[in-house]
Amino acid sequence: MNMNERFEAYIASDAKIEPKDWMPDAYRKTLIRQISQHAHSEVVGMLPEGNWVTRAPSLLRKSILLAKVQDEAGHGLYLYSACETLGVSRDDLIADLHSGKAKYSSIFNYPATSWADMGTVGWLVDGAAIMNQVPLCKTSYGPYARAMVRVCKEESFHQRQGFQILLALCNGTEAQKAMAQESLNRWWWPALMMFGPRDEDSQHTEESMRWRIKRFTNDELRQKFVDMTVPQAELLGLTIPDPDLKWNEERGHYDFGEIDWNEFHHVIRGNGPCNRERLEARRKAHEEGAWVRDAASAYAKKHARTDASSTHAA
Amino acid sequence: MSERSTWPLWEVFVRSRQGLSHRHVGSLHAPDAEMAIQNARDVYTRRQEGVSIWVLPASSITASSPADKDCLFEPANDKVYRHPTFYDLPDEVKNM
Repeated sequence: MNMNERFEAYIASDAKIEPKDWMPDAYRKTLIRQISQHAHSEVVGMLPEGNWVTRAPSLLRKSILLAKVQDEAGHGLYLYSACETLGVSRDDLIADLHSGKAKYSSIFNYPATSWADMGTVGWLVDGAAIMNQVPLCKTSYGPYARAMVRVCKEESFHQRQGFQILLALCNGTEAQKAMAQESLNRWWWPALMMFGPRDEDSQHTEESMRWRIKRFTNDELRQKFVDMTVPQAELLGLTIPDPDLKWNEERGHYDFGEIDWNEFHHVIRGNGPCNRERLEARRKAHEEGAWVRDAASAYAKKHARTDASSTHAA
Repeated sequence: MSERSTWPLWEVFVRSRQGLSHRHVGSLHAPDAEMAIQNARDVYTRRQEGVSIWVLPASSITASSPADKDCLFEPANDKVYRHPTFYDLPDEVKNM
């Protein structure tokens, strides 16, 4: 058995790969791409919500939103750390995000224009993310799986707080309920797009399934998400903007309409409503924070010198 | 120009409560040990996960090589007599 065959057999036995183990280059590359995209999504995901921190309707809502944004930063860090175990540097990863070379989840290229969006983002966007992420707790690469366990533990608060925002709006005035419905109308389809292209159009699915990086296909997860979400929308009294949505007794699943794949590709190619704005905000934050990083480095260097000289003196 | 890329990697260990040992939770970059503790506190203990943190430079860890896995750990496989379950004793023997 050569190295490749041994690796495939090892993966097929559901064993985990750790950083120093031998792995095929393609496995390493796929992981770097997926984990870094995931990390970038967490980081860019802070932007639409950061926009609402100062305008949240109460001190409690502000605190909750801040805690959520702080979690996203932490998730980005867990994932960058996992990615670095594959031999890439943090600086290169960040440079790839800022140059537009690396991708992040397209959902964050849509604007959050109303307070209800903070509810919908938590409910649908974090809900879809959880659907994607829970199976990743069992992914074949150890550091990625461990990072995902932490992420999933924290993510469930995100979804629940979002649903609760919508619950409050839907039990409020007519105007508040209308705001919730308008928000759902805008986010429903982009949320379904979060699961990626159809299985037959997904270039990475087959290999990623064999390597047990992915544990379910895009369409499987999308169906699961729809089945889970429809009853929740009913509970809120909101209407999902899809005339083709109906329960299919025979399949035991909801049937739903076709995604606008043109829009999907349009946003991925960088032409969504906020692509440019998001990257500019990221670059600006990074550049304007440079002096803080430099100061911390200078402080550490100075103290390392003082410590060394005092040791010599003693 | 930023010197960010020279920040060393720190491994973070957290004691979840008194009476338990510190456990590895992850890693982070920081310019010095003090900042590493600060960052570890923000990243790994936001939900009462810990009462104490250790950080140590990742470069100071010496790890066994995956290639040595067999010669290091295989020898334990055929020494089942090291486990209490190896010894079949009559049911009448209590508390052992």
